[in-house]
Amino acid sequence: MSILSALTRSRWSFAATALACAVAMALVAALLTSIFERKLEARNPYVRLVEVSEETTDSAPWGMNWSREYDDYRRTVDSTRTRFGGSEALPEQKIERDPWLERLFAGYAFALDYRDRRGHAYMLSDQEMTKRVTERPQPGACLHCHASVMPTYRRMGAGDVFAGFEALGKLSYADAHAEVVATGTSNPVAGATGGEFAHAPGAFALGCVDCHDPRSMELRVTRPGFLRGIRALAESDEPVPHLPSVEAWRSGPRKEAYDPNVDGTRQEMRSFVCGQCHVEYYCGPKATLFFPWERGLRVEEIEATYDATRFEDGHRFFDWKHAETGAEVLKAQHPEFELWSQGIHARSGVACADCHMPYKRVGALKVSDHWVRSPLLNISRACQVCHPYPEAEIEARVTAIQERTHALMQRAAAAVTDMLDALVAAQSGGAGDGALAPVRELQRAAQWRLDFVAAENSMGFHAPAEAARILAEAIDLARQAELAARLLGPR
Amino acid sequence: MEGGGRRLVLAVLLGGLAGLGAFTFHHGEGLSYFSTDPRGCKNCHIMNDEYASWSKGSHEDVAACVDCHLPHALVPKLFSKARNGYFHSKGFTFQDFHEPILIQPANAAILQASCLRCHGEFVHDIVRGSSTAEDAVQCVHCHRGVGHGARG
Repeated sequence: MSILSALTRSRWSFAATALACAVAMALVAALLTSIFERKLEARNPYVRLVEVSEETTDSAPWGMNWSREYDDYRRTVDSTRTRFGGSEALPEQKIERDPWLERLFAGYAFALDYRDRRGHAYMLSDQEMTKRVTERPQPGACLHCHASVMPTYRRMGAGDVFAGFEALGKLSYADAHAEVVATGTSNPVAGATGGEFAHAPGAFALGCVDCHDPRSMELRVTRPGFLRGIRALAESDEPVPHLPSVEAWRSGPRKEAYDPNVDGTRQEMRSFVCGQCHVEYYCGPKATLFFPWERGLRVEEIEATYDATRFEDGHRFFDWKHAETGAEVLKAQHPEFELWSQGIHARSGVACADCHMPYKRVGALKVSDHWVRSPLLNISRACQVCHPYPEAEIEARVTAIQERTHALMQRAAAAVTDMLDALVAAQSGGAGDGALAPVRELQRAAQWRLDFVAAENSMGFHAPAEAARILAEAIDLARQAELAARLLGPR
Repeated sequence: MEGGGRRLVLAVLLGGLAGLGAFTFHHGEGLSYFSTDPRGCKNCHIMNDEYASWSKGSHEDVAACVDCHLPHALVPKLFSKARNGYFHSKGFTFQDFHEPILIQPANAAILQASCLRCHGEFVHDIVRGSSTAEDAVQCVHCHRGVGHGARG
């Protein structure tokens, strides 16, 4: 008690001690509430406030239940920029930055309007306003990937998704778009707890329902193009060591066709959902939309599939006739899934979502970041989880790969441009179609390879050695064509 | 106020502080930090993933968190516990740490020593020289997921 009496002897020492006690208690109480809050964080992952269904194509109601994911998803409207890609308000014309693209696509709608990519939020509105759609007739098949289209497929196919897919794909873009608007969305009625829905017309960009089961939120693949494509790939003999479930299915009894929603591993699904659209495909109008995977995913295997494909009139597959040379050439779309499949990340079991939608911590929750974007904008979460090196070093490694690919791509573009010049000269010099046919075949092969890397959205990063191999072949084939054309040209 | 009254007030304050402090210690599961139970290391949810992957990994039945992440001699162990305890509490309370969490150099040295405590004889050809110099071979440089991690 002597300490207590010493502290209480004078008025000042008593006051100072009491104050110190009060401050200490306040701090301890603050710590206590902090611990309490952190413990609370580890509780409910979400509260299901409203019901959502397969027909809820509008993502806003889903956002009431899964607000963390929805908030991130909505950020895809934000402008982001990396060295080789952007997403500003109507982004830069790729075709102005690389004028050789205009030669490459002469006679094709991509020569009209070809811009950098923007975020997911713009996928439908950008498609509605591109000159490729407003100034050229396009098929309804385009909506396979640009709109939340599954309820429309079911409605038009009377429940059969594949029938609806075929039917909608045959319509013109405007008619198909009107069908999607008419299907609209079934949103939960505000305040209703019994799962009542109200229909509203409207077309929506891809949203929650396109990758998630509304009952369990499990990932699932919905797109007919992918379901058919991956089945054809599984039924081929092409080794796909990065897709273990396909290899497992092949060694099984094969009674049922390969179905990613049944056979796919959880990790594979985190790439498959992206592969529903970020792929090479043909979307019409001369054939039903398909993914050319029946011989494998490599550039020459896809080319072989195209070469073996016949239109209904028996003509060999081609995208358009080149305006300068008359060659029947191919257009690469955006073969991200295919190029990724050839790279070290795929081989190591790293999914698209691991880098483009990396896990992040929100309180105690591990949330996949639904602000889908370049990993270069999120290096700590996207890369450092596996590569524990400083951000600047990681970025420098990526830059080195991309700049090398870019330099090689410019060389390939120069070779292709020279090839076109030589072909045009040979034609105007009087060379006949018979003599030019093999040269035009070389043109088809050369520009398909250049375009495959140029249209792919990683500037080689998804598979650096493969991208370099493809560009080297493009240069070689273009120069072969140039030499052959010069031999035919005016002496 | 007279001496007796002041003493009473101060006794109430000090008693309250002791009680609140004891409850906070209990609520924060303070005693668990004196144990070697790995569950104590995931009291705060930051280590959930590490715990989950360790519990399914190859070291689960031979080494717990403290076997690899703390020195084994008494004084260095207590020092390291106090040092890490301070940084963990500070980081978690103020939420001011880098994510993903990266190991600090001092702790990396402890970890390397722990690898060698069990596997030293087997790998002495590889790590003959210093095991703590900056350019020394670190076992986990290659065996990254051996203790915990996505691919153990």
